[in-house]
Amino acid sequence: MPIIEVEGLTKTYRVFQKKEGLLGALRGLYRREYKEVKAVAGINFSIEPGEMVAFLGPNGAGKTTTLKMLSGLIYPTAGDATVLGHVPWRREDAYRRRFALVMGQKNQLWWDLPAGDSFQLHREIYSIPRDQFDRTLGELAELLGVEKLTRQAVRELSLGERMKMELIAALLHGPQVLLLDEPTIGLDVVAQAAIQKCLRDYHASRGVTMLLTSHYMRDVEALCDRVIVITHGTLVYDGPLAGIVERFGESKLVRLQFEGPAPERREMERYGEVSRLEGPFADVRIERSRIAGALADVLNRHALADVSVEDPPLEEVIAKVFEEARLAHDAA
Amino acid sequence: MTPPDVALAPPRPGPLPSLVKYARIFRVALIERMTYRSDFLLGTILRFLPIVTTVLLWRAIYEGSGQAELGGFNYREMIAYLLLTNISRMFSSMPGLAGGIAREVREGTLKRYLIQPLDLLGYLLSSRVAHKVAYITMSFLPYAGLFYLCRGYFDGFPDPLQMLAFVVSLVLAFVVGFYFEASVGMVGFWFLEVTSVLYIVMTLNFFISGHMLPLDLLPQPWSGLLKVLPFQYMAYFPAVVFQGKVRGTELLLHLALELFWAVAFAVLARTLYRAGLKRYSAFGG
Repeated sequence: MPIIEVEGLTKTYRVFQKKEGLLGALRGLYRREYKEVKAVAGINFSIEPGEMVAFLGPNGAGKTTTLKMLSGLIYPTAGDATVLGHVPWRREDAYRRRFALVMGQKNQLWWDLPAGDSFQLHREIYSIPRDQFDRTLGELAELLGVEKLTRQAVRELSLGERMKMELIAALLHGPQVLLLDEPTIGLDVVAQAAIQKCLRDYHASRGVTMLLTSHYMRDVEALCDRVIVITHGTLVYDGPLAGIVERFGESKLVRLQFEGPAPERREMERYGEVSRLEGPFADVRIERSRIAGALADVLNRHALADVSVEDPPLEEVIAKVFEEARLAHDAA
Repeated sequence: MTPPDVALAPPRPGPLPSLVKYARIFRVALIERMTYRSDFLLGTILRFLPIVTTVLLWRAIYEGSGQAELGGFNYREMIAYLLLTNISRMFSSMPGLAGGIAREVREGTLKRYLIQPLDLLGYLLSSRVAHKVAYITMSFLPYAGLFYLCRGYFDGFPDPLQMLAFVVSLVLAFVVGFYFEASVGMVGFWFLEVTSVLYIVMTLNFFISGHMLPLDLLPQPWSGLLKVLPFQYMAYFPAVVFQGKVRGTELLLHLALELFWAVAFAVLARTLYRAGLKRYSAFGG
């Protein structure tokens, strides 16, 4: 049985249209004009227990709005959702004890208190048994390397340390569903890797279900097998991470190393777009259907020392998916 | 890592464990409060400075008027009254409460109370009680010293029953003050900028609660009207109870009314919070 089920979920915002200039501002005082903005336009998906799913899309695609509905912060305009058998926006304590939301840009810890005090508050808020609390806190703090920082006021911590504390706070009560909105935004590579490792280990040991949004493909590749892509409030892809490259990555990067110096640019450009040409090396982007023929052709004419065929970077593929969806949306 | 505890049933809190939860939050908040004790002490001492000017001002007013009594208060009673309203306000004033709620709405930290099994008003109330306990404990000695110095303005302590009524009126003043300011703070759900609204309400309250001068000094119908409104319970009422100016059935009636207003504001704050959340969840989040 799915742990998260979403059907026809829709959220429309009414946005107040500000008029230009002083006169417009005055007019706005008695007659307000609103524009309807469809943030999420009827999406469907379901997630099985223990899955780690990446929720991708350009800024303003509706990812955060969806996460807010799933965590019960906002009501949908239409559609249904159940998480752990609960309707999130009813905000029953029985639901709130079993999930957690981590937002990279909003902190939930008490700013002026040391993180340790916030953790204690969480222990009371969630009624976590003392031994379970001590054990989980010890493990997570060690895993993230922040044991020595729990007595320092949160506002004095670095962004990375703060994010680690946020993550600990979110995991203390052992949530079964974890919703993460840009958990690694603005973090350096080391902190990013630490957060990823923590999530991976936590997932492996607890079997927690995770849905995360991120603009860093590194997060997605490190954590998720399944990807849901949403643009302009509509779902454009739902499937395995590998499948997205299959489907949208139409060309591959072929890296050639010749025995002698590489042939002239004009010759190589017959196969595809040349991205590097120096000494014996040539990197060419070749359409998938033409790779076999092109390689045979090159081997016929030249002696090769080495060859490799690589999928294009995920970032590039995703950018293309977004771009195509934008064009389709603009055309509609 | 610990083994998966999928079977772990979420604890189902009845009303009692829930009470324990907020009592513990109170304890954590109390510890937090105590860490700021130095600026606390300084703040308490600075608070006494205006009292000196108040004494001098009213001496001049009484001398200038040529009357022994103004609105039923002689000069000594007037000074005693003004000292006592400081005690009332010690219980009923809620610095930062309304503004804090509005800020939580504006900056989105309100999310915490929607996502976690935690009630905003319950949390604010328990931390405010902690704040008050810390504050009243720490300013007990300085206040005792001040009242000892000013003992000439008082006619000794009131009788035990009156003293009891005074304590009850102060506790209720806290509840009235808390839910009144909480209700004002809920305005933040409808208006982004609340500083001016808060400023107006607080300034007005300073006057109509009787913090500035006894309500009896105002001409009718104003003094009568203000004594019907709930604001007097935040400053005027506890002070005149201590002074023995309200007695017998009138005292009981007013205590009952004070309780009524405490409940009424609690219901109002809760209702506004619910309506505000509805709006918040529909428009933003």
